[in-house]
Amino acid sequence: MSSSAGANGAPVKSTGLHVGEPAPGVKKVDPIIVADGIKRQFGGLTAVDVEHLEIPRGAITALIGPNGAGKTTLFNLLTGFDKPNEGTWTFDGQSISGVPAFRVARKGQVRTFQLTKALGLLTVLDNMKLGAKGQSGESLARALFPWFWRKEEQEIEARAIDLLTRFKLDAKKDDYAASLSGGQRKLLEMARALMSQPTLVMLDEPMAGVNPALTQSLLDHILDLKKEGMTVLFVEHDMHMVRHIADWVVVMAEGRVVAEGDPHEVMANPAVIDAYLGSHHDQDLGDPDTGVVTAIKELADDDADESKH
Amino acid sequence: MIDWLLLFSNAAQEIISPTTAAYALAALGLAVHFGFTGLLNFGQAGFMALGAYGYAIATLTFGWPVWGAVLFGIVASIVFALILGVPTLRLRADYLAIVTIAAAEILRLLFTTNTFEPVTGSANGLQGYKGGFEDLNPIPAGTYGFGPWVYNEYDWWVRIFGWGLVALAALITWRLMKSPWGRVIKGIREDEDAVRALGKNVYFYKMQSLIIGGVFGSLAGMIFILPRAVVPSNYQTSLTFFIYAILLLGGAATVLGPILGSVVFWVLLSFFSGFVARAVEAGWLPFMSSVQAGQLRFILVGVAIMLIVIYRPQGILGNKKELAFVK
Ligand SMILES: Nc1ncnc2c1ncn2[C@@H]1O[C@H](COP(=O)(O)OP(=O)(O)OP(=O)(O)O)[C@@H](O)[C@H]1O
Ligand SMILES: [Mg+2]
Repeated sequence: MSSSAGANGAPVKSTGLHVGEPAPGVKKVDPIIVADGIKRQFGGLTAVDVEHLEIPRGAITALIGPNGAGKTTLFNLLTGFDKPNEGTWTFDGQSISGVPAFRVARKGQVRTFQLTKALGLLTVLDNMKLGAKGQSGESLARALFPWFWRKEEQEIEARAIDLLTRFKLDAKKDDYAASLSGGQRKLLEMARALMSQPTLVMLDEPMAGVNPALTQSLLDHILDLKKEGMTVLFVEHDMHMVRHIADWVVVMAEGRVVAEGDPHEVMANPAVIDAYLGSHHDQDLGDPDTGVVTAIKELADDDADESKH
Repeated sequence: MIDWLLLFSNAAQEIISPTTAAYALAALGLAVHFGFTGLLNFGQAGFMALGAYGYAIATLTFGWPVWGAVLFGIVASIVFALILGVPTLRLRADYLAIVTIAAAEILRLLFTTNTFEPVTGSANGLQGYKGGFEDLNPIPAGTYGFGPWVYNEYDWWVRIFGWGLVALAALITWRLMKSPWGRVIKGIREDEDAVRALGKNVYFYKMQSLIIGGVFGSLAGMIFILPRAVVPSNYQTSLTFFIYAILLLGGAATVLGPILGSVVFWVLLSFFSGFVARAVEAGWLPFMSSVQAGQLRFILVGVAIMLIVIYRPQGILGNKKELAFVK
């Protein structure tokens, strides 16, 4: 179950990320995020209650779990968009608990949103340029004098067009982002996040609404990010995709981390199926997540078959 | 009979009148706030009052020179922007709207109350502050101009100064909005969380925008009082809404829109008020007293603005394409 290179072009998986037995909160060899005792309550509802979580550096980590598990809320907390009731966390060894969202982003931890936030009445190219960090023309005093920032602007534009080409959006660069399709907006948001050259990208359901033909190229982009040395943390409901690209999987349910491990181990973990079926385990209520459960079971069976051969 | 030539000539005068310039500049400030940044400032009248009173009080009470008085009005509006912005700009957009509308009214009432009569002149307002500005006038005494635009040296000086300020403010706004700074500002209008996620200090940018638009409003207040006296009842909430009407008329996210909007607004207002007054005199509207007729002009301007907004909802200079995506 180690790195499964090449045969059918399958991506190279990073292994040996953890120390000791994979279990919720397991230590990582080189963690980029370490979170402790994070709790977020909305009224009486505990949306997130994570005792300890480490995200491995230089790898692709998937955060999965049924609807309402607290994945997006955890994203919001880690990126400073929401404040927990208690808890501390570090990014790259620095404490970033309570640090405002824009500062977190400047440190190199950049996220996208589950509900895509394309800036509709900006052109696609302007959306991209906005992503670049530390622009001198963004200071009010210099903005008035183009000669301070014209050269920088050209460099940023070149980089933006390069990224847009990779995401097959270059033909749209002068259109308003509002004119893009839902899937194209997902792509734009991801490309825009990359403009800031982050060390950690956090993608909240990057594939939702992206057509299958495009999914493959998006997967390739995410794998490329890893090759370039970035760390990726993403939320996703598509188990096939999770197994295809994730090096590590964290499973949440009802706010807690209930399982961790490499994709194959996690899919075989009964706790994961429990998490998806929740308390309706024995009742056949046409649970909305049974699709996911079926996928998990299939994937676990695949693994079993493979290991027999 | 109605003297049409006089009507048109009076309307044409509004094209370059200092009041038109003042409204244009105030609307440009609102364009920065609302059109470009998405800030709902309903207190532009307050910023204008601060410019007007700031200039007049610094001149009359402190005896300051023109430049000092102008600076005083500007600083007052910056302080006002900070007071409004610090508590509200972190909150949802509607909080700024509520706070600005209330704060502008508080200002107006403070200027009206008898308590500060020696400084503010209370309900009578202030006058006699124009000397310093007159002394700066480089134009030799006399009357100049052609057609409907014949004025003495002071009136020309007021117009040149007022429209010069409008041109300068428009140039600055245009430069800013084409810069990376303007890109951040427009991004905030579209979705401030997305901009935050890209590492921009949204709060700081919104504050800068509030200050810039507020200073434009303050300067507009100074232009506004050059051809008249400072009277507190001029700075009612309705003033803010006239300026919003001008902004939407011209195109909210444009630089020249607010200026053109102000010209159209004042030309229409002058034309209709002249027309209604003459029509009553000529007995065309026998069912109306001249007081009622005075109100009718606003109704007619309202109808004209409605027609423009219905048939050109993006404003005269607005971009039609943008409209297809308005949420
Ligand atoms: N702002 C809020 N106010 C109240 N409750 C909230 C808020 N945000 C999230 N919740 C609740 O917290 C829980 C976790 O929500 P969250 O959005 O994190 O789920 P998720 O794991 O991202 O689900 P999905 O896969 O559907 O996106 C849910 O029960 C949700 O109702
Ligand atoms: Mg979610």
